[in-house]
Amino acid sequence: MNTSIGDIRQIVFDTLRPSLQRPVPLSDATNIVNDLGLDSVAMMDFVMEIENRLDISVPLDRIAEIESLGDLVRTLRELKGVP
Amino acid sequence: MSLLDKFASLRAAYDGLESSRANPFNVAFDRVLSPTEAKIGDRDILLLGTNNYLGLTYDPAVIARAVEAIETFGSGTTGSRIANGSYDGHMRLERALADFYGRRHAMVFSTGYQANVGMLSALAGKNDHLLLDADCHASIYDGARLGHAQVTRFRHNDPDDLAIRLRRLGDTQGDKIIVVEGIYSMLGDSAPLREFAAVKREWGAYLVVDEAHSLGVLGETGRGLAEAAGVEDDVDFIVGTFSKSLGGVGGFCVSDLDGFDILRVVSRPYMFTASLPPSVVAAALEALRQLRARPVLRKRLMDNARRYYDGLAELGFDLGPEPNPVVSAIMPDPESAFAFWSRLLDAGLYTNVSLPPATPKGLALLRSSVSAAHTPSQIDHALSLFAEVGRSMGLIAPARLALRAAG
Repeated sequence: MNTSIGDIRQIVFDTLRPSLQRPVPLSDATNIVNDLGLDSVAMMDFVMEIENRLDISVPLDRIAEIESLGDLVRTLRELKGVP
Repeated sequence: MSLLDKFASLRAAYDGLESSRANPFNVAFDRVLSPTEAKIGDRDILLLGTNNYLGLTYDPAVIARAVEAIETFGSGTTGSRIANGSYDGHMRLERALADFYGRRHAMVFSTGYQANVGMLSALAGKNDHLLLDADCHASIYDGARLGHAQVTRFRHNDPDDLAIRLRRLGDTQGDKIIVVEGIYSMLGDSAPLREFAAVKREWGAYLVVDEAHSLGVLGETGRGLAEAAGVEDDVDFIVGTFSKSLGGVGGFCVSDLDGFDILRVVSRPYMFTASLPPSVVAAALEALRQLRARPVLRKRLMDNARRYYDGLAELGFDLGPEPNPVVSAIMPDPESAFAFWSRLLDAGLYTNVSLPPATPKGLALLRSSVSAAHTPSQIDHALSLFAEVGRSMGLIAPARLALRAAG
């Protein structure tokens, strides 16, 4: 329960980097579909990688609302209960 | 600006396929001659991508029952079973399905897609939880979206990951409904159903198994993976389709759950659509009768599936994990899949291209589906075409090397 929002952002970026086909600068503003080229299933697969590291499950309706990496970090923070 | 501008990149890719005259997404057969043969123009095409597992589409009895039904009951029902009434055939087909599965209840839907959408959206209420295998078919995901339950996706064929997700839900209120498939349509792999059933029991969840690609394929009497794995008592709902092994169209769900029939006035995809035409119902009834009476079809199907799978493996193709009637060769990229597919079709062999996001893990697949109606020499002919195209594209080893590796 000591995870901070900075840790969550770091986990998201670290999980994402190896799977990118070309290096893209990552920030909260990065759009997951347009900037990273992930399709709907790739997006769900990517979230799945993060879920077990944080020991949470992200319901699909919450994934559907996520557009940017910032949205994802915010969603993970809420589900993890990080203030 | 146009309403369809949002599809610009898809449009460009589609137009690219069109201009290269290698578009797998709009193939039209001018004539179909049998479960395994068709014509495009004057060219003979060997069909190896039609999910016609038992090859019953041209069975004389199936056709005769359909003709009798259309002459007796007309071409269509022109309405929904709830609003406009059921026909005798609908009820008989439901009784036949319940009898086949040894269950008390059966409900028939107008397509297999609607069976999943109709069942999942109705079963899982607002406070319930759906847990879906990562590789489940689009109809299962769409059914989850049409309902109001919370939806969780677990790792493909991973009962431990399912258990972790059930643990995370803890004592959250609401029922938990797990959905897996008998045989997955993209790679032809089957679910570890015994292990899933154990997790289901441990957590007090419900289990739905979609046997679309395993009905008539797996199990001693062809009931599917639940029968083959010996866990039918743990499976609360079996969903399936008439459009593959039964050679028609339509879907169904069978169950022993008390009060099941109330779903007929709950499930929107059941209520708000026209029911199956009498000819389709009569054909499905006869095909089901043959599935039960002719186990030799299942044996022929699996013999063909093994011959084809082993043949491709021997040639050096990278395949799904187990020999089943769905056999997919994993291609290095979509361009190779299109090129391979197109050269096969030019040589008179029809297969399928499957691409992300419809495929797992971003894979580009050249997918085949084997039928009981294929002769061994048709299978061998397909293998020789795969060898020829695979070698000329540099995807598999040259003939001499392949032979040495096989020897």
